[in-house]
Amino acid sequence: MAKATVVIPPSAPKPNRFSGLGQKILVPILAVFTALVIGGLIILISGGNPLEAYRGLIEGAFGTTKAISETFIWATPYIFAGLAVAIAFKGGLFNIGAEGQLALGALAAAWLGYGLPRMLDTTIPAIIHVPLVVIGGALAGGLWGAIPGWLKARTGAHEVINTIMMNYIALGLVSFLLNGPMKDPSPTNVIARTPSIAETAHIGTIFANPALRVHWGTLLALIVAFLIWWLLWKTTVGFEIRTVGTSSGAARYAGINVGRTIVLTMFLSGGLAGLAGAVEVAGLNYRHELSFALGYGFDAIAIALLGRTHPFGVVLASILFGAMRSGATRMQFLTQIPVDIISVVQALILLFVAADEIIRYVYRIRAPKEEVIMTRGWGG
Amino acid sequence: MTTQALPLAQPQTSFWSRLGNARRYIMIATVIGILLLITVLIGRVENTVADIVASFIATTITFATPLTLGALSGLYCERSGVVNIAIEGMMLGSCFFGFIAAGYFKGLGLPDQTALWLGVLIAMFSGLLFAALHAVLSIRFKVNQIISGTVINILAVGLTGYLNRQLFFQQGAHQLQSAGTLSRMPIPLLSDLPLIGGVFNQPPITYLALILVIVTQFVIFKTVWGLRTRAVGEHPRAADTVGINVYKMRYANVLIGGAIAGLAGAFFTLQSVGAFEPGMTAGRGFIALAALIFGNWSPVGAFAAALLFASAQAFQINLQFYSALVPPELDFLKKSQIVGMLPYVLTMVALTGIVGRTTAPAEDGIPYEKGE
Repeated sequence: MAKATVVIPPSAPKPNRFSGLGQKILVPILAVFTALVIGGLIILISGGNPLEAYRGLIEGAFGTTKAISETFIWATPYIFAGLAVAIAFKGGLFNIGAEGQLALGALAAAWLGYGLPRMLDTTIPAIIHVPLVVIGGALAGGLWGAIPGWLKARTGAHEVINTIMMNYIALGLVSFLLNGPMKDPSPTNVIARTPSIAETAHIGTIFANPALRVHWGTLLALIVAFLIWWLLWKTTVGFEIRTVGTSSGAARYAGINVGRTIVLTMFLSGGLAGLAGAVEVAGLNYRHELSFALGYGFDAIAIALLGRTHPFGVVLASILFGAMRSGATRMQFLTQIPVDIISVVQALILLFVAADEIIRYVYRIRAPKEEVIMTRGWGG
Repeated sequence: MTTQALPLAQPQTSFWSRLGNARRYIMIATVIGILLLITVLIGRVENTVADIVASFIATTITFATPLTLGALSGLYCERSGVVNIAIEGMMLGSCFFGFIAAGYFKGLGLPDQTALWLGVLIAMFSGLLFAALHAVLSIRFKVNQIISGTVINILAVGLTGYLNRQLFFQQGAHQLQSAGTLSRMPIPLLSDLPLIGGVFNQPPITYLALILVIVTQFVIFKTVWGLRTRAVGEHPRAADTVGINVYKMRYANVLIGGAIAGLAGAFFTLQSVGAFEPGMTAGRGFIALAALIFGNWSPVGAFAAALLFASAQAFQINLQFYSALVPPELDFLKKSQIVGMLPYVLTMVALTGIVGRTTAPAEDGIPYEKGE
């Protein structure tokens, strides 16, 4: 587990106009801005009108109360999945497997939602059923995430390659189950999806207006973000996770059980990704479908990095990414510019956040770099 | 450095552990053998054993082509000390641009095969450009290389998806003709051999892959270039001390790797399918990376691992073909998703060290800071 600080230490820390929080969010904001400018250039070159496109994007994301509701609908799984990647980063681990963990969490939640009441041949009261579905989904994702953690602790096998492999295994498993044993048996169904979950498993919507689909899962995401912050900075477990992430050698000297902490970190990380899937099932889709969980894994990495691996940063980054996703549909409708441009912009954001030297150079920012510590190479 | 790296197999005790690296090849050969055996047992009702084996081998070689090339692409990067998880993105990007280029040259009135070859060159060049981005980010800006790779992977998905739709599927969009696919080039005499004849009746990119395995094995282990490459990957400071330009070696190897990933990309649109679909590389780049690690960063080892993964794919295709003949008690074999998991599970098994420890180049993934 080779680790090092990806930093050049500040040669002479000078007092700066942007201090404290302002300094922390300046570079991400400039990264987003620069990515939007370059994305606009790509739109221009390929024959579109970037100003119209971005107007459609903003309108679709914040133009109406319905648009804002949709933005938060998108942001909710992003918050959970972004926290999943962020907590792994804090523990010095790179979880590329959020996608698979999320899919399994959704699958488990869906089964607990439709299958369990049938198996028990009874209706489960909502006060028990909803928590059961949500916690069950988190556990499924957590266990799936803990496997690469355990393999790393036990054999030193690198979590990056193992989480990628387990994404494909999860995809195969989910695809098999959704096309076979768990497929919605109704005669009209031709899609790989589960039956609908029982009404008692539904997470309710916040507003009475049926056009506003935003549900209590969004609030749960915000609470969980706060809990993760509390866990990381106010508890012994969090201290151990961060210490192992900073230096596993030092952690071992301090008497921390490094192997156990790695497994725990990956369990928590997978559990958060599983929560993303479970809340999508119980709060929005009321079933799981093969195509629902695609693409969250890489988005979550970008969100975790854009949010500086801090829970509150993750929330802000998730709202931004949620806004782009929800606005993109409107943009495509108004201007015929394909929604895929959003992926390009997101990749550019990730690029400029990761290579913030470029941003610092372009905008002549002379501020100390923040330390980001994470796994590199294949270790061994 | 490792976290409690307790090898699962206790060293120097059993016969199995004394076999060392050979264990890997024994495991690969055994798994391929079992898959082939099952195929033969199921299919022999309809076909002769020789026909089944011959077609299994030919299919395996075809599927192994992008995996081999992808693994070789990663090999040049990682031997020089730059981790490359962007093989997938480089392949996807270059298969798109190669396809567009071939269609464009056909539109200019060039014959199909010429247009396709020019497309292959453009694919390699675009692979090289993606690699250049990776190189600048990880060598010049010292960005975490796994993140840099992730950037390229996301960028390739977004860029190809966006351009594909914006350029060809909008009102008044351009019409792009497909130039078809590269034709087979049977090698006289060899292609008539029984059983393995199919290996010598392949389109050109497959031959290039096989040749590149041998060339890379020679370059990495027998030439000055290879020695320098390994030196900057294992101990850059020592290499620097004896006057090797660490940065230059890393840039050059990452670019070579990018061009090879571009060739792997060309396989999809210009040799195999003759059309582009978004996301058509479907994770082959990640399997290629797994093959590289499974093969312990050696060209021949990576090729063997690529054959293993490809044989699992060939097995899947064969079972679909013989679907009606599969006995009911082996029904699970018909579930392509279950059989399709095999390469990924095998990779994870290989990483545990049961089949010999995988040892990455020592400084793989660590940016070099030139001292004073």
